Amino acid sequence: MIEIKNLCVKIEGKEILKGINLTVNKGEVHAIMGPNGSGKSTLAQVLAGRSEYEITKGEVIYEGINLLELSPEDRARAGIFLAFQYPIEIPGVSNVNLLKTAVNEIRKYRGEEEYDAIEFLTMIKKKMGVVEMNDSLLNRSVNEGFSGGEKKRNEIFQMAALDPKLAILDETDSGLDIDALRVVAGGVNKLKTPDNAVILVTHYQRLLDYIVPDFVHVLYKGRIVKSGTKELALELEERGYDWVKDECPVGA
Amino acid sequence: MNELTETKNWYLANFEAFENSLNGQKGEPFHQLRKAAIESFAAQNFPTTKDEEWRNTNIAPILKHNFVLPTSSPELKKEDLNSFLIEGFEADQLVFVNGRFSKELSSEYAVPKGAVIGSLAEELKTNPALLEKYFSKLAKPESGIFTALSAAFTEDGIFIYIPDGKVIEKPLYILNITSAGKEKVIVNPRNIIIAGQNSQVKIIERYVSLDEAVYFTNPVTEIVCGKDSIVEHIKLQDESLNAFHISTTEAELGAGSNFSSYNISTGSALCRNTIKVKFIAEGAECTLNGLYLADGLQLLDNHTTIDHAVPNCESRELYKGALNGKSRAVFNGKVIVRKGAQKTNAFQQNKTILLSDEALIDTKPQLEIFADDVKCSHGATIGQLDEDSLFYLRSRGIGAKEARTILIYAFANDVVKTIKIDSIKKYLEKLLAARLMK
Repeated sequence: MIEIKNLCVKIEGKEILKGINLTVNKGEVHAIMGPNGSGKSTLAQVLAGRSEYEITKGEVIYEGINLLELSPEDRARAGIFLAFQYPIEIPGVSNVNLLKTAVNEIRKYRGEEEYDAIEFLTMIKKKMGVVEMNDSLLNRSVNEGFSGGEKKRNEIFQMAALDPKLAILDETDSGLDIDALRVVAGGVNKLKTPDNAVILVTHYQRLLDYIVPDFVHVLYKGRIVKSGTKELALELEERGYDWVKDECPVGA
Repeated sequence: MNELTETKNWYLANFEAFENSLNGQKGEPFHQLRKAAIESFAAQNFPTTKDEEWRNTNIAPILKHNFVLPTSSPELKKEDLNSFLIEGFEADQLVFVNGRFSKELSSEYAVPKGAVIGSLAEELKTNPALLEKYFSKLAKPESGIFTALSAAFTEDGIFIYIPDGKVIEKPLYILNITSAGKEKVIVNPRNIIIAGQNSQVKIIERYVSLDEAVYFTNPVTEIVCGKDSIVEHIKLQDESLNAFHISTTEAELGAGSNFSSYNISTGSALCRNTIKVKFIAEGAECTLNGLYLADGLQLLDNHTTIDHAVPNCESRELYKGALNGKSRAVFNGKVIVRKGAQKTNAFQQNKTILLSDEALIDTKPQLEIFADDVKCSHGATIGQLDEDSLFYLRSRGIGAKEARTILIYAFANDVVKTIKIDSIKKYLEKLLAARLMK
């Protein structure tokens, strides 16, 4: 589904990603772990099309197309979804309006007919169940005054509504209590199909108790220094990141 | 002689012609008020940017034209007004064309016993005494040259007198249309609104153009809010980009009264709105909210003054604007809390977003507080559209242009959504969306 080849990324002259190679096939869940500052969030933001980052080398092929040439909106329309680590509050724009505009733009892009108000609401009600969203959040301004848990839940709700092929969840577990984590992770699991894929960016193993990854990668200083299966995450939980750092090739 | 004096002489010369056109009215007591005003006009000078109050607004583009009083009104049909009608808006509509009341274009409406709702020119014929009692009492000719000009050339406008205890349920929609064709006209709508004790009235004062002519609108509105009255005043200026607009609104708030002003400007080449509110008795409240949206070379200026002359009153002010192109805006918000005006609450905010590198805002909140037991705050922010919000919307599949529009709309709608009349609010939201989609 997506193939990241030797991706190198700078921001304000500082090299953050130094040659990322990663292939994700449909039906797979990949976890990207690593200590703070290793470049995990940068990778997530670059894939979603954040323009502040300068791509100095490498390419990203998504469903056969050069992803890096697409605008953020076209990436979303092509099926990429980023659940933000810090969801943005947008006063004055209601959750439901954002979603209606977004869903219809995506449908238009895919050559499907736009939903009318009733079709849209029927679909939305169904999707709200996925993350046990409260009705009242629908008409509120996007994320404004939401608790940390509500914001993360709202991200997954948006994901459910937009029905992406590749979802990138950036530290969706951070700041969640155990109940909220269970709901959010449950939502992601419900949305999982053999045709889509998930990249989980996380610092902790905790989330992986609920969303079981097929592959785990350790990102350190802008490189993937170790890849493995879910057992690797457990090992990281037990031993911390230091031993991986030690295995890291000299000069990294 | 310089342009300022020449322009002044132009209007002075025009006054004689105007007087002669009044025929019999010339001898009436009301005309003495016009004459006093033209004297006051003669004694003042047009402001330049050297005058503190006009430091950021150069009116030279207005003064270079020799505007004339309209000699005729175009024959309009009701259909010509269609684009200014508000769907689902239950209102009594009073239409003025080139400054003169048009009975044909206005809706038929019932006037409660004891009340007056109609043309000032008509009132002048039938009951000048009532008019004289209020005319120029708040907006005095000596308070500014444009106010003096308005008073001197007063012909028509809206006159509303609501007796004690009466509630006017339906909003009054005052539509001021200018269609001058080739004539460069000046119109001086003179509006007087008197809300008696415990009365209620809602007024929408709107200024529009039927063509792209160069003309000058110089409206003055005086509002007296009686004890415990509730007055809502919406002023909507969406004239053509060739029009000039200098308006003055002055309101006096009696004990326990509640005055809300919503001042929305999107049109004209140069627009200056002066709004002055004075609390004259305790327990009154006022809301002054405003919105300015400018593009191209437009200049939109709002000067407001809230005078807390007495204790125990509250004022809330929110002015927001979005500026694109090379447009400019000015916000000057003065709040005076006089000595002894204890327990005053006064909150003021001005927020502007600049959508281009060349747009400019001059903002100046001025708090002058001479009492010591008060709660006052003010703030002014100038910013750009939030990049993080834009990216967030785009990452959901919403196009860049649409995302910008959504954010500007949300920003501006903060003001519109405070309007209490639901149908007007919805209409303005639509107008706003249409304007932003352009």
